[in-house]
Amino acid sequence: MLYDIVVSLPIVLCSFFGITAMILGALIPKRRSNIVMPYAAVGLGIVFIFASLLWAKNGTAFNGMIQTGMYPSFFDMVFTVAGILVMLAARPYLQRMNWERDEFYVLIVFAVSGMMLMAHSQHLLITFIGIEVMSISFYALAAYVRHESLAVEAGLKYFLMGAFSTGFLLYGIALVYGATGGKLEYSSIQVAVGYGSQMPFLLLAGTGLIIIGLCFKVAAFPFHVWAPDVYQGAPTIVTALMSTAGKAAAFAAFIPLATALIPNGGPDSVRITYLLAAISAASMLYGNIAACAQHNVKRMLAYSSIAQAGYMMIGIVAGTERGTSGLMFYTAAYLFTQMGALIIASTLENRYANHVEFSDYAGLSRRHPLLAALMALFMFSLVGLPPFAVFFGKYYLFTAAIEAGYTWLALTGVLASVISAYFYLGLVVAMYFRRHETGDVHPAQPGISGVTIAFATLGVLLLGLIPAALLRITGVGL
Amino acid sequence: MLLATLFAPFAGALALLLVSRDATKTLKYSSLCVALCTLFASIATLAQFDHTNPNIQMLTIYSWIPALDAGFRIGVDGMSIVFTVLTTLSMFVVILMSLDTIHDREKEFYILILLLEFGIIGVFVALDTLLFYVFFEIILIPMYFLIGVWGRERRVFAATKFFIYTMLGSLVMLVGLLWLGYYAQQTSGHFTTNLLLLREIAPTIPLATQRWIFLALMLAFCIKIPLFPLHTWLPTVQSESPAVTTILVGGVLFKIGIYGLIRFGLEMFPQSSCEYAHLMCTLGAIAVVYGALVAIVQNDIRLLASYALVSSLGIIVMGVFSMTPEGIQGAILQTLNHGLSVTALFICLGTLVEQRNTTVLQEYGGLARNAPGFAVFFALAVLSLVGLPGLNGFIGEYLLLLGTFRSPFLNTWTYAIVGATTGTFVAIYMLKLYSIICFGKHPNPESASIRDVSTQETFALLPITVLMVWIGIFPTSITRFSEASTRALVGKLELAKFGTTKHTAILKKLQSPALDTPAAQSGH
Repeated sequence: MLYDIVVSLPIVLCSFFGITAMILGALIPKRRSNIVMPYAAVGLGIVFIFASLLWAKNGTAFNGMIQTGMYPSFFDMVFTVAGILVMLAARPYLQRMNWERDEFYVLIVFAVSGMMLMAHSQHLLITFIGIEVMSISFYALAAYVRHESLAVEAGLKYFLMGAFSTGFLLYGIALVYGATGGKLEYSSIQVAVGYGSQMPFLLLAGTGLIIIGLCFKVAAFPFHVWAPDVYQGAPTIVTALMSTAGKAAAFAAFIPLATALIPNGGPDSVRITYLLAAISAASMLYGNIAACAQHNVKRMLAYSSIAQAGYMMIGIVAGTERGTSGLMFYTAAYLFTQMGALIIASTLENRYANHVEFSDYAGLSRRHPLLAALMALFMFSLVGLPPFAVFFGKYYLFTAAIEAGYTWLALTGVLASVISAYFYLGLVVAMYFRRHETGDVHPAQPGISGVTIAFATLGVLLLGLIPAALLRITGVGL
Repeated sequence: MLLATLFAPFAGALALLLVSRDATKTLKYSSLCVALCTLFASIATLAQFDHTNPNIQMLTIYSWIPALDAGFRIGVDGMSIVFTVLTTLSMFVVILMSLDTIHDREKEFYILILLLEFGIIGVFVALDTLLFYVFFEIILIPMYFLIGVWGRERRVFAATKFFIYTMLGSLVMLVGLLWLGYYAQQTSGHFTTNLLLLREIAPTIPLATQRWIFLALMLAFCIKIPLFPLHTWLPTVQSESPAVTTILVGGVLFKIGIYGLIRFGLEMFPQSSCEYAHLMCTLGAIAVVYGALVAIVQNDIRLLASYALVSSLGIIVMGVFSMTPEGIQGAILQTLNHGLSVTALFICLGTLVEQRNTTVLQEYGGLARNAPGFAVFFALAVLSLVGLPGLNGFIGEYLLLLGTFRSPFLNTWTYAIVGATTGTFVAIYMLKLYSIICFGKHPNPESASIRDVSTQETFALLPITVLMVWIGIFPTSITRFSEASTRALVGKLELAKFGTTKHTAILKKLQSPALDTPAAQSGH
């Protein structure tokens, strides 16, 4: 029992810090309440340290319900880093907008604890609880600005679609439970499903429903419809967390589930893998084509994140160790890139106007050369140009796809990347090639969100120039 | 020395980051200095190069991503060293030319130019597919900004078109390169991006697969050259770019395409190259005639020059795929010649456009009287492109046609005959260009105000002109560098196609020393 608690300390601590931060916020008088954010950030930092200490503890805890070791620890670190970076960027943003409340930071900590549960889970119900903890925090965060109609719409849409997808997931879990004779642990499901065998109909239906539920969470085509509105309506800071760490968490839960549910070699598994490949290809193409038509930076990044989910899905389709480690690398690369871009976008917003149209960025390179240069760097990284982080993510994932016999999927990914160049560059065009026409939009002083931007830049460059460092970490079999 | 050549521009770009953006003089002259140092470093590398050795020399290897067996592997053979030196010279000239013509955002401009130089040199020296790809793409970002920020009215369109065109090619190439690495994994047990290793493995790939990889790689290079029918970005970019960028696109970038055809086409896939030689030569032949015909009817000096480029690059592609020593040597030499003559041509045209801000041919006239110095340089550039004996263009064209004519792979005279028509065409449009600009009858009084060549332009044009005459008289001083590696390559190709080779002795030499041995590494 003690061992179980020790190896799952990151999750336990994260929940602990969430709860104590909430109590702290309630106890301390409103005027002096700026202590909650540092407390929560330091708490996540401690969680990060524990996660890295438990790196080598490969194994399970709580009767096989929770997985420990390298894989979950990696994701723990990704989530805590995302949480800390978002908190740092949130403070100046929220103060500028006059929205700062302690609950915001508390919700972030809770969301992170949910994500960690998802990455650690080896049990369908734990996965479900993790997804719910994360999602409920996100519903609240998305609708955090109650008086803005767009934010309320985002929250409501997210909540309804989320509840809907939860239904799918839960029904799928129930069917799998029935089909395998009362099994919920991944290891016993894997045994019950067997290798190379025909899957019974109930199991097939359950697997399909679970996949649909998870595809909702990662916003893959055709389960993406909520994403653009939610990502646009939610506060930019929240979008930065949802579209990076949220997506990463869903994939972290997806990989072990796919390994357990899709037996190797059977005709059904081939069919399901093809279905996933089709979802992946459709997401890449749809996300990027739809993003071409956007004039709003947040919306553009939302559509592009649908496509990015498609790229990450390649790792699951490949189903190999290279695919898994490629996906892990990609989530980290995408985290830094997307977060950097959204945080820069947030510095252009203030209390009076949301400057999130492309035209607001016109001539930014003259008004604020550094910010424009960094934004351009993030855009080039998102396009997948070397030597930036996302390029290497794509490189590994495409290699994995070719290795697994899905050359056509790699080619689709390549074509989608060419399409994506058009709209990512659209922002660069606005910043560098156009003089400003619609008035002077001056970015706010970044304050401590500058730390986030600096970290994101550093991450994009380091992962791009020396990917070997992180690959050694993610490299299960490389 | 090779490392110094490669990293000098990069270090220069980093150093320029620290310079204040208002110190334009410092920015200009320090970047000029960096370019000059790079030029000297590359010449020093050339001096160390042993031209009797057909293998890769000055191999430098550092580990980069062990998991993928990707390394920082650089080295040069006869072809790449010659291309590198020409690149450093061209970049020096380009920076010299931009001192007077770029007055906006100088800091960004010089940083981008130096990054571009870093990328181009990197492409020529990289011996690792991943590293090569990284350099290949690094070029894209500076080029994009150079067109988009400093270009003319439709610059955004031109920049985006260039970016997407090139990116399509390079990403398809990426899939091809990944396939190669994967094939290595299947046969030798581990994924690799080592070009020297892949060069040995690639010919053994079954033809059905090899064909697709070959085509995927060739697509990228044919876009870069550009070869008909993938040339449509060139006129757009050339007419919307600033004068400096037209020199870069016309005189420097196409070298990468030709280099790729030889390094990733002929060297890696002898069988597929033989199979598609006719296709490539046909495209080349179409480009020759099509480009020339379009160039003849142009009234825009930049469009005329771009189509002229399309036409004359067609014949170089024919030379490469004739796969004879004469053809390939001719292609390498003619690539160099073009690098020089086209650079000179675009410098001349650039100065005109900068002063008059129009590209309409008929707007100019009578420059022979107003600007005699200009007329002389311009005449040399034009005559070199026409192929006047005694200047560099003649030798290259002669070798190309000879190679195409005698090729045992093509086994037909048709290509040589079509290629030979280029001599007539080029005379028509180039002499038209020259006669109107220099002897035309003052259609517009403003042309009288055009000044003669400035000191900077003289300094830029002089080395180029001297080299043009030098190559025209002593072509072997250049061709000897790539002689050995070309003969070895042709031997390999003939072995693949006919099973025998005329150059058996050289082939033996090629096979004996293993490339990764310490002896080869220490050879500087």
